[in-house]
Amino acid sequence: MTGAAGTGPAGGHGFTVPVLQLGDVLLVTLQGELHDGMAEQLQQDVTDRISHTRVTGVVIDISGVEIVDSFLGRVLAEIAAGADLLAARTVLAGMRPAVAITLVELGLTLPGLRTALDVERAMELLGAASRQGEGSP
Amino acid sequence: MMRAARHAAPATLPIGSDADLAWVRQQVRQTAAELGFGLVQQTKLVTAASELARNTLVHGGGGQVRIIPLDSGPSRGLRLSFVDTGPGIRDLEQAMTDGYTSGGGLGLGMSGSKRLVHEFEVDTRPGEGTTVTVTAWATAVPPSRPGS
Repeated sequence: MTGAAGTGPAGGHGFTVPVLQLGDVLLVTLQGELHDGMAEQLQQDVTDRISHTRVTGVVIDISGVEIVDSFLGRVLAEIAAGADLLAARTVLAGMRPAVAITLVELGLTLPGLRTALDVERAMELLGAASRQGEGSP
Repeated sequence: MMRAARHAAPATLPIGSDADLAWVRQQVRQTAAELGFGLVQQTKLVTAASELARNTLVHGGGGQVRIIPLDSGPSRGLRLSFVDTGPGIRDLEQAMTDGYTSGGGLGLGMSGSKRLVHEFEVDTRPGEGTTVTVTAWATAVPPSRPGS
């Protein structure tokens, strides 16, 4: 496993969002307070990493995120849309139930964004999809 | 626990950067938790606060939020007032419409926040600024009058 942590210059404020490559998948782990600037930087970093590493999947783990507002929701949707254009599928993993309830009420249901209950299932989803794409092994 | 020792006190926080937005979210969550808000209620209120604080920053050119715990009566609540001295909202009805945006966002900030709280009030004057005040109660229903 190539375990390059950190996103380079992303951590201008001393924070970084860890982006790990696990085989054909980029695992992005969001945690705690994400400043708007960091979220936008992340979008650029993930897109760059996809094009350089040629991964076919992105898992964004938000189990450590306490709130998703419309700004972060938009960034997540745009990361997924950008990944799609670069031939990688994105799965949002581990959303907290309170966050899901709030997003529905906010009116932000993120249609088109695939979700999984945790990272393991997200990986399974991507693995199953890529195997199907290649035909039976 | 700490309730007797430390009553949630009113506070005013500046909104001038995205780091301030993060601080506002943290303070609102902590105060709501102290007042006995459940996890879902906390999450809704903090999300609304994040939307409104961002409006203050992006559209109002910065300002402040006043965090006012309401715990004198039988019900506990939290009132948040977002104040800016920006250009004001020209068409409030339009600003309150789902999907309408003037700032490149998703247009859910105002309309969405209103759904996340129990009370929502906007006072805006062209050229003078905007104050958005929201209130959420720790109970599921708005407080009833004593004896009813």
